[in-house]
Formats: sequence, C-alpha cells, structure tokens
Amino acid sequence: MKHRSLYLSGIFLLALLFATAAGPSVSPYTFDQQDPSALLQPPSAAHWMGTDRLGRDLFTRVLAGGRLSISIGLFSAVTALVIGVLYGGAAGYGSDRTDQILMRGLDIVFALPDILLIILMMVVLGRGLLGIFLALTLVSWVTVARLVRGEVLRLKEYDFVAAAGALGAGDSAVFFRHILPNIVGPLIVTLSYRIPAAILAESTLSFIGLGLAPPAASWGILANEGWSGMRFYPYLIFFPSLFIFLTILSLNTLGDRLRDMFDPRGGPECWD
Amino acid sequence: MILFLARRVLISLPVLLVIATITFFLLFLVPGGPFDREKKLPPEIEANINAKYHLDLPVWKQYLFYMSGLASGDLGPSYKYPGRSVNEILHDTFPVSMKLGLASFFVAISAGLAFGILAASFHGRWVDRAAMLLSSGGLSLPGFVLGSGLIFLFSIKLRLLPPALWEGWRYMVLPSLTLGLGAAAYIARLVRSSLLDISFHEFVRTARAKGLPESRVLLKHMLRNSISPVLTVSGPLLAGLVTGSFVVEYLFSIPGMGRYFITAVTNRDYPLIMGVTLVYAVVIVAANIIVDGLYAVVDPRVARR
Repeated sequence: MKHRSLYLSGIFLLALLFATAAGPSVSPYTFDQQDPSALLQPPSAAHWMGTDRLGRDLFTRVLAGGRLSISIGLFSAVTALVIGVLYGGAAGYGSDRTDQILMRGLDIVFALPDILLIILMMVVLGRGLLGIFLALTLVSWVTVARLVRGEVLRLKEYDFVAAAGALGAGDSAVFFRHILPNIVGPLIVTLSYRIPAAILAESTLSFIGLGLAPPAASWGILANEGWSGMRFYPYLIFFPSLFIFLTILSLNTLGDRLRDMFDPRGGPECWD
Repeated sequence: MILFLARRVLISLPVLLVIATITFFLLFLVPGGPFDREKKLPPEIEANINAKYHLDLPVWKQYLFYMSGLASGDLGPSYKYPGRSVNEILHDTFPVSMKLGLASFFVAISAGLAFGILAASFHGRWVDRAAMLLSSGGLSLPGFVLGSGLIFLFSIKLRLLPPALWEGWRYMVLPSLTLGLGAAAYIARLVRSSLLDISFHEFVRTARAKGLPESRVLLKHMLRNSISPVLTVSGPLLAGLVTGSFVVEYLFSIPGMGRYFITAVTNRDYPLIMGVTLVYAVVIVAANIIVDGLYAVVDPRVARR
C-alpha cells in the first residue's frame, strides 16, 4: 500500500517503454504518413487519438515522439553522468590546485539558468538532434560533477581509502574501485532526476520553436502543432501533453522513492 | 555588513565579465550571420551593413569595441529592429518580465504557504495526502502544458480571462498562475516538511500545554520558526521566475524580455541575445548577493568570514 505510487509509475514507464519501442512498427500507420481523406478527425476506433491537419495518425505520432523524447533524455543524462563522474572525481581527488581550477569552471555554468544555456548552445550547435543532445548534456553534467566532488571529498577522509592507498593502489584505482562503488546510490538518484529534467527541457524548447524542428516528431513538437489549433481541435494538444506530464511525473516519483531508499534524511529536491 | 556586500559585488564582477566574453565568442563562432538572406545581397550593400555594425573589423577589435561600450552601459544596436538599441528594447521589456516575475512570486509564496500549512496541520490525513499529490503533479507539469490548459479552460471554454497580450491586471492572472504554480508546489513541500520538523520541539509542546488554540500555535509559534528555508530559496526563486518566463511570454504573447529573446535567437540578433543574457546573469548574481546578505543578517558569523 505504501509503495502504490512506485508500482504505478513503474508499470506506466515499462508500458511506455514497450509501446514506444514496439508501437511505431506495429501500428498500421507511420508517424509521417499523410491521409488527405481523413484530416483533423476526432479520436475514433481507426485513429485512437484522432488525426492532425495533414491526416497523420496522432497515436502513432505520440509513440514515435515518445521514442525520440525519451531517447534524448536517457542518452543525455547517461552521458552527463559519465562526464560528471570523471570531472568531479578529478576535482575531488586531484590536488587543491586542480580542484580550484576545475570548480571555477563550474561556477560560470551555474551563473546562468539552464534553459538559457541550452538555448545559447543550440544557437552555436544548430537545431538538430546532435545539437540538442550536446546542449542538454552540457548543462546536466555540471550537477553530477558537483555531487561527485562533494562525495569524493567526504569519502577521501575514510580509513579504507587511506588503506587502499597505503597498499599501493594508484589514484585512479582508488577512485574507481573504492570510492565510486560507495557513491552509486546518490548517482542513481541523480540520474533518475536528470532524465525527466532533460525530457522537460527538450519538450519546452521544441514547443517554443527553438528545439527540434518538424518533420521530426518529438512530444514538444506535437504539443506545439496542437497549440495553434487548440480552440477547435483540443485533442491535438491534449494527448502529447498528457504523455509528457505522466512520464515526468512517473520518473520524478521513481526518483523520490529511490532517494528515500538511499538517503532517508533527504529533503525535497531543488526547485527547477 | 556594507563591506561584506561590497566584497560580494566585487567578486561577482569577474564572473559577469567572463560570461560576457564567453557569450561574445560563442556567438561569433556561429556559422552564418544575421544578414544572410536566401538571395545574396549586392556586395556594396553588404559592405555598408558590415561597416555600420563594425562586422568588417577583426574579431578582437569587435570584442574590444563591444566591451568598451559595455563598460559605459551601452549594449549596442539591435540587428533586427533598425534604429532601436538593445538598451531601448531592454528598457521597454524588462519591467514587463519583472512584473510578471513578481506576480508569480506572489502566487508561489501565498499558495505554497497555504498548502504547506494545510498539509502539515492535517498531517497523515487525506487533506495532507491530497495536497502532496497536487504538489507532485505541480512539480511535474511543464509550463506550456499548464498554460495551455489554463487558456483552454478560462479563456476558450469559460471566457473569463483574456488568453493573450498584456494590457491590465486581468491579463496578468493566467500568466502568473502558469509561472507561479510550479514553484508553489515546491514551496508547499518545503513549508510542510519544515513545520513537521519543528512540531517535536519543546516550545511547541509548551505553547499547546498553556492552552493556546491550535491555530495560534501553528501560525504564531511554529510558522515563525520554520520560515527560514523559504527565505533561503526565495532569492533564487524570484530570479528563476524573472529569467524563466520565456515559455509563458511566448504562450501568452507578452511583450517581455523572454519573448524578445526567443525572436532574437530565431533572427540571430546577436547583440540582443547578448544583452538579454547579461541582464539575466546580473539578476541571478544580484539575487544570490541579496540572499547572502539576508544570511548575514540572520547569522552574523557569515559576515565576519
């Protein structure tokens, strides 16, 4: 009973993963298949979520959009995790001088809001899949690096780390074999918060027209396409929005529960 | 105290300088320029435009030119709006974003406090669970989803409030709700957990034991002692609301800094992009300094360090 929200979000996420992975190939339509005889149909048995103004099946588009949005979120979060661990590890385990230089670099990134940085990076990198992936990774890894550095500084004082060093283990061996396994918990929690943050950022950017561009179909693009016709065809914006909301909600719930498991003292996650 | 604040301002100047420099060179790296057209311009006109905006100078000269302008507070001309300087545009749009930010800050604090207090005083019962469920939802709801939902309900279906533009207080309701409710969900959690933490202290038991009504114990004795986490986040929160408004400004067609930023990005109006970025950075740095100042008031040890 206590873990009902955890089970619900787990089931939703698994179903979503399965549907977005298998759905687009099972569906009788493709996400960009136009049908001039069925423009702007409301939801029906043939088109579960209706069709858009080019007669494309919205259900198929939402599944295809999910595939794109979730992959972007997942890959950028994992890449950010790897970079953050290496950078934070180097800062925390290196000399004081290295630490100073590496952390000053992070301060600059922290001085600007994430979404602004992402937009600036998109201006430089271009509005493509690679551009948004790199931009999201770029703002994500900083959080991970700070966390890892803090944990490394804390764990460095423990006897088992000193013992490993005394037994002749090199710096990188100490870090990867002895320190890293001890911070897996916080890392998993961070990862589970970075994925929904990345999905949110991608869909927001695509919605205001600065992220991915049509004909690609991500959830943000679908919501943007539905937005202009919301007065008469509200289902076009409703279904993509619903999927974005449920996905982020489930991932956040998962993150909250994981945090409770790994750190029972933890307070609420930082706003934004 | 004044020395402390002065030092903080001095420390943050290099940060702003570095941000300006990095943004300048990032934007300079971008292939293509603001005056690229599908059809090539005649070379004389192109040369004239480049000369007017100093685009014909080497990079380092452009940089020095921009920086010397910046030192005297001049952010340069806008590429897209001929005859208007970035300063003028920011002068018109910043107050709009600031007003929107303040209104949503008010929404965030008042709704957050109300729901947090409600949840804590009904701890463990259905009111508490419902409030926390709402707060989880609010934390996961993207701004454009909430905003379009509010527009659909209050403007299209009920016809109560205008769906766009910025011409009076009725135009502010939906945008500030859209921007403020997510933050309210966060504040509510903060207030609730802070109130629950404090409810086990002796002074709370004393207040109850001497027969004060529960509402007085809660509002007078507990709230005052649990408000500091809210103070802590309020500075960054306000900065986040002022600088995070472009989605809402886009959604409601509000002529604020964020919407100009979006069009500046699509138009490659580099001086305007830089100007907005710098204003955002200043707002955030200033908010952090103010919070540090508040800390110093609360805890004098901070100022002496």
